[in-house]
Amino acid sequence: MVALGLLLAVSLAVQALFASVKYEWNWAAAWGYRAQFFQGWLTTLGIAAGAMLVSLLVGLGLMAGRRAPWLAVRMLCGGVVEIVRGTPLLVQLLIGYYIVAQQLQVRDPLLVGVLLLGLFEGAYLAEIFRGAVESIGSSQREAARAVGFNTAQTYRFVILPQAMRRALPGTAGQMVSLVKDSSLLSVIGIEELVQKVKILNSASYTALEGFLPLAVAYLIVTLPLSRWAQSLERRFHYET
Amino acid sequence: MKLEAEAVTKNFGSFQALTGASFATGGESRVVALLGPSGGGKSTLLRVLGCLLPVDGGQVRVDGVLLPVEETAARQERRKNGFVFQGYNLFPHLTALENVALPLREVHGFEAGEAGERAMELLDRLGLKDHADKRPSQLSGGQQQRAAIARALAPKPRLLLMDEPTSALDPVMTGEVLEVIRELAEQGQQIVLATHEVSFARRVADWVVFLAAGKVVETAAAAAFFDQPQSAEARAYLDSLMRYR
Repeated sequence: MVALGLLLAVSLAVQALFASVKYEWNWAAAWGYRAQFFQGWLTTLGIAAGAMLVSLLVGLGLMAGRRAPWLAVRMLCGGVVEIVRGTPLLVQLLIGYYIVAQQLQVRDPLLVGVLLLGLFEGAYLAEIFRGAVESIGSSQREAARAVGFNTAQTYRFVILPQAMRRALPGTAGQMVSLVKDSSLLSVIGIEELVQKVKILNSASYTALEGFLPLAVAYLIVTLPLSRWAQSLERRFHYET
Repeated sequence: MKLEAEAVTKNFGSFQALTGASFATGGESRVVALLGPSGGGKSTLLRVLGCLLPVDGGQVRVDGVLLPVEETAARQERRKNGFVFQGYNLFPHLTALENVALPLREVHGFEAGEAGERAMELLDRLGLKDHADKRPSQLSGGQQQRAAIARALAPKPRLLLMDEPTSALDPVMTGEVLEVIRELAEQGQQIVLATHEVSFARRVADWVVFLAAGKVVETAAAAAFFDQPQSAEARAYLDSLMRYR
């Protein structure tokens, strides 16, 4: 009931806002591009799914590297995290695709885009994971040793299950960012959703008719993602 | 059991927890009590005896066998022991039953069914049958500590090492946990117990090791220690604890 009321109030406000702007709607022109739009949406979905997988692996790897017993590995992984987080994704995509990938003879923009986006988000995930793992107290580590677990068993049965729960909210936020950041892949020539809308708008002289459905199309992906993360949080909930 | 320590040192950073502790228990002691003021080294010595912490210097023998310092060998030795801590240290994401069964499966090679049965048997024995499927946060302090004792006992440890197992409990729960420990001792379980409960130690312990400032000040058969403590430190410690009891 509360949610419905809020929704109604917000949509009335939005309608009033748009009514105040003199804008000639031309939905017919936009409708003609629906197949293109849907195709772009599917591409975005595919990129996001692939990059999520890559980012989780990168995040785990960099987190483990930053906690490694060898100084060189710790420094290398720390450096990667700082450089990737500290520079714009746009620059990483341009240099990664037009310079690094060309040198390596990799010419598939989709593959390179997924890897670069996964690396970018993985650097953030590494820090989210590291915070979660380091928040598991020394008494839990001692208890794990006391029951006879070795290091691998300690992580698998004691630290990671507890850390996963603590990393969930941050990870979910990062995944939502990932979906939206995938729009930048248009700079290396991938026709994902945003690129399709730009084409639509310039071909049919529209603007909002492209951008409003664009916002909705992203929400269709990101809202269920957030809800899913919340339900996972509830499922793994326990008092410490 | 026979416990021997020779000039044992252990540091945590710049803090010296044990500064040359030496003692040997006499005869066949079944329950050894580690007594002494807080910060004196009881907890550290307990962990060293259970092979949970490697010594920095000196030697420790349990039943004549030298305890290894290297981690892989120390882990094998540690797996023969059971530990109970002051703060229970159960795994909060697992039920009481899983807390007991998981190490049986993963460390001691039990089949899943066997491990579950053995875990249930222990929980039943400690009066937790109806609480087996609860997580630690749903249990009282006394129940948590009894679940921790079940976890320590499940693989039939040679030594049960307990570090101030009742210090975090109120008097009623303290009573219920001490009752469990007394029964275990009477059933023949070998126990090393660091505690401030001197009247309890007097009833169950065979041998006492008294530590202060990282050294063993006095070690004697329990009866002799409590009737006629030799050192001034031990007399002062016992007096201070007995004054209001």
